[in-house]
Amino acid sequence: MSDRTIARQELPSPRYEYGGDDWVFVELDEAMSFDANFKAQAITQEIRRNSLEGLIEVAPSNASYLIQFDPSVLHPDELIDELKSLEDETDVSEYQWEARVFDVPVFYDDPWTHETVMDFRERHQDPDSTDLEYSAEINGFDSVEAFIDHHSGAPHMVTMIGFVPGLPFCFQMVPRDEQIEVPKYEQPRTATPSRAIGFGGAFTAIYPVPGAGGYQLYGRTPVEVLDVDQELSGFEESMVLPNPGDILNFRRIDREEYDAIREAVEDGTYQYNYDRVEFEPQAFFEDPRGYNEQLLEVLD
Amino acid sequence: MRVLDGGLVTTVQDTGRYGHYHIGMPPSGAMDQFAHTVGNWLVGNDDSDATLEMTYMGADVEFEDDAVFAVTGADMDPSLEDEPVPTWTAVRAEAGDTLSFEFATEGARSYLAVAGGIDVEPVMESRSTYTLIGIGGHEGRSLEEGDELPIGEAAADADEMVGTSIGEESRPDYSTTEINVVMGLCDYRLTDEGRRRFLDADWTVSDEADRVGYRFEGPDITDMFEEREQPFGAGPDVTNVVDLGYPVGSIQMAGQPIILMRDAVTGGGYVTVGTVVSPERDALAQCRTHNTVDFNAVDVEEALEIRRERDDLLEEIRGSL
Repeated sequence: MSDRTIARQELPSPRYEYGGDDWVFVELDEAMSFDANFKAQAITQEIRRNSLEGLIEVAPSNASYLIQFDPSVLHPDELIDELKSLEDETDVSEYQWEARVFDVPVFYDDPWTHETVMDFRERHQDPDSTDLEYSAEINGFDSVEAFIDHHSGAPHMVTMIGFVPGLPFCFQMVPRDEQIEVPKYEQPRTATPSRAIGFGGAFTAIYPVPGAGGYQLYGRTPVEVLDVDQELSGFEESMVLPNPGDILNFRRIDREEYDAIREAVEDGTYQYNYDRVEFEPQAFFEDPRGYNEQLLEVLD
Repeated sequence: MRVLDGGLVTTVQDTGRYGHYHIGMPPSGAMDQFAHTVGNWLVGNDDSDATLEMTYMGADVEFEDDAVFAVTGADMDPSLEDEPVPTWTAVRAEAGDTLSFEFATEGARSYLAVAGGIDVEPVMESRSTYTLIGIGGHEGRSLEEGDELPIGEAAADADEMVGTSIGEESRPDYSTTEINVVMGLCDYRLTDEGRRRFLDADWTVSDEADRVGYRFEGPDITDMFEEREQPFGAGPDVTNVVDLGYPVGSIQMAGQPIILMRDAVTGGGYVTVGTVVSPERDALAQCRTHNTVDFNAVDVEEALEIRRERDDLLEEIRGSL
């Protein structure tokens, strides 16, 4: 297995779309891939650096990006021309960045998300199983245990922040045929516990605050990903913990460790275990398993 | 200023909180920017000063100092010490006066601008309330009985504004039934027939219509979309896409159309098919539950022209004050 690589994706021509008079949406691919995501990150970083007059928001997403601008200063077609030339100049294999690798403890099959899962069974594809049982089965795993081992067995890259403030969408750093894929709930739930770990499409999400949600629920982390008051350690620079391009390693923990970490978070004494690495896409594409092992060494 | 009754949903809002969409932070801010801006101008404020946004049923407030105020937007029959006060007009209040509002008779959102602005502490450079995570405004929430709101220092000419009024011809009409949209984003997912049916249908604002978004009721949307082998990462439903960014004003198709407003969810995995032209997001903010609208497709140049006309009207109003 160690000779497996991440197959590079040939991206189609991007679709440049007007969003009313004041937004431009650019879809780099309809399908998710590291290539599409890295390109979205690279182009949006570049457009920020160019500091074009009239830009209001620059938001990369999984395989696309979104820009808001003031049309009295910048005509949408002028912006699109600029984006097209950036697109031509961007080569993701040359693009690299400083990423933070975070240890994210997860209490899988915890009592809180389990209760939510059972409360909303009638909105689920398979009301007679749990979200973990259903996801394990449709992805060909023999057991929930094997499924959890897989989810926590390789790190995940943050590929988008959104929906609500601080919610990271994470894409597991494995070849496509090892990726988990699950549908969202048939009807979204009206409730999700804060810090729930959910999965939909090919993405893990961490719900920062309680609220609606449609992702399958697998567990709960005792650590925060959003600190509005920026009082907790790790939130000095932003109220949001991970940025796109950061790497999360979901580590399975039990109730005892969950309670201990939660107590430390609530006391304000919890320190995230994380470190910085220089992320090189080319090295990751060529040997994801070996590269991931090397990345995770910084957490030791 | 003291809140005697919070009304249905009353929040402090300004022009919005920008530059944080990439961390999932929507702009918030007054849902009807036109009414908010004109209200501020009437009392000598900048458009960036904060006003109170009241929804359907207004608040009751007591002025603790002499003040100049203006009420714009939806008509909620405001009265000062039980005497009716004109809307879209700068009015003087004396310390101790109570300003009361009733149910909106036309439109959905009314704005109370006070000379000097509602001077709560800005969060990320904006005073706008974003209740989901509890930031901005007064304690990050809707106003309740007993809340005290600081008022900033009024402009030197605020007193001279008293009696100034916006002419009937410049006040918006809140009986809009047609909303102009630029089709696009992921509208390639619609069949030709589906697009035609989407644009031809009457859509009724449901009771799930708030600052996050307006859900509409109308014909079944599922067969408006092209069947396809779903791309990797999107999920199996025809309306699923790989999670992407949603513009404010965009129409996402999640069971029924939802138009995202100023407390929008910033992204997600439902297909988006178009975006409401920016000035008409103000019109939509005044659209009431059970009102019916239809969507009219315009191209981007027409959309820019609609925006220019609104900007010209604002310039004209500013010039007249």
